[in-house]
Amino acid sequence: MKHLNGYLKTGLILTGFLTVFIVLGFFWTPYDPTAMDAKKFLAPSLQHLMGTDNFGRDIFSRVLKGAGTTFGIAVATVAIGAVLGTLVGALTGFFGGIVDDVLMRINDALTAFPSILLALVIISLLGPGKKYNVVLALGAVFVPSFARVTRTAFAGLRDVNYVKSARLMGASNSRILWVHILPNTMNVLLPALTIGFNNAVLAEASMSYLGIGVTPPDASLGYMLSEAQSMLTRAPWYALSTGLTIILLVFGVGLIGEGLQRRSGEVS
Amino acid sequence: MSNDLVLSFSHVTSGYREGGRFRKGTYHEVLHDVTFDVHHGEILGLVGESGTGKSTLARTILGMVQPDKGSVTHYTKRPQMIFQDPFSSLNPAYTVEWILEEPLRIYGKYDAAERKRRVRDMLARVELPEECLKSKPNELSGGQRQRVSIATALIQRPKFIIADEPVSALDVTIQAQILKLLKQLRSELDLSYLFISHDLNVVYQLCDRVMVMKAGRIVEIGTVQEIFDNPKEDYTKQLLAAAE
Repeated sequence: MKHLNGYLKTGLILTGFLTVFIVLGFFWTPYDPTAMDAKKFLAPSLQHLMGTDNFGRDIFSRVLKGAGTTFGIAVATVAIGAVLGTLVGALTGFFGGIVDDVLMRINDALTAFPSILLALVIISLLGPGKKYNVVLALGAVFVPSFARVTRTAFAGLRDVNYVKSARLMGASNSRILWVHILPNTMNVLLPALTIGFNNAVLAEASMSYLGIGVTPPDASLGYMLSEAQSMLTRAPWYALSTGLTIILLVFGVGLIGEGLQRRSGEVS
Repeated sequence: MSNDLVLSFSHVTSGYREGGRFRKGTYHEVLHDVTFDVHHGEILGLVGESGTGKSTLARTILGMVQPDKGSVTHYTKRPQMIFQDPFSSLNPAYTVEWILEEPLRIYGKYDAAERKRRVRDMLARVELPEECLKSKPNELSGGQRQRVSIATALIQRPKFIIADEPVSALDVTIQAQILKLLKQLRSELDLSYLFISHDLNVVYQLCDRVMVMKAGRIVEIGTVQEIFDNPKEDYTKQLLAAAE
């Protein structure tokens, strides 16, 4: 591992800390996140770290579970967007020509729509309320931005000497693309992944907030935030704890992205 | 006599098309009716100012540019190229060991143990220590890097090498070492070179024959002695005067 700068260090610690909690949430929560046993609207205490909500559910347990859902959706979204986007970007950047022109104009057209709107359209086509439909819709929305980033990187590297040399050795196009060029695009791809992850967290939160994302009994941070809004005065800790969790998650990953970008700037 | 040849260029005209993805674009002819042969075991120098088509000639030889007229005949398999800039010719994402082994993996006829053996053998031939194997290209000096790119070019055992200004990015002392290495490798591995350079002193030290190129044409071709001692063309005289 090359040296870590301050951004990267802080980001990794923060994200690592949250990931531990999220993984923990998959196996164990202090209370059943859907059980309504406790008193309603309890303020945060040692028994209920983040208090309870209008049904008497433990908010800390719900945040653990909800963060897991949000995290999972974001990771899956970025995975779909990054894999498809990299595929499109690599092929268009490397081969160029008319296919490149056509795909990139389609890309421009897609980018011109606000991403939430585009996701809304896809969701309404797929049918709302299912977790994997949210993932599919958001994933599709993320393809163009990844395609753009990787296209630039691949187009810039297709004529460098080590690629020419590989071609002279008789390397196939797919070997040149994935073995010779791809590792050298990591300095733009990794920051793009972190930015994508953050956008996915925020997009999922917005969509669930609007009621077209995750639906009960599943809970995601965005859905919980929209729930919390209606009881902002009675239980401000609900909105605060879910909101702060989103902020910390995005902040941590954002720092990692910033750190990666600065590091690649130093190296090259 | 054709078994004495490694490459034969016959009346080659070649160029490129500029701009226009949907239109045809304008055509620029770079090489005009170029004819020459490379003989087995020789180092043929190619000199000329920048922009005269030396690189297009190299690209045409390697098939990156198709000739519009004339023919290019190879008598050896898989000619390789040594590039001017040893910074961009080695993949920065991998170690020297990986880079050297890659041409053999692509070739696909040797098992892992044989590939390792060949990598070590070639490393010794270009006089690099084994520690270099675990380094990334950016941890090496310019001279070491150029040795690695020479080894990479040679590891598939080609018989014909195009060297495009292979020493012009290096310090003078390193230049001499690399030139000596290229000469040594020629006899050890039975190579022939096309050596492209703008530096006439380097050409004088290394080459057997020289071609002088001007505006896409070969204006003069002969042995180093003929060209350097008794140039016939004015352009060659000018080049030599400029190099004094």
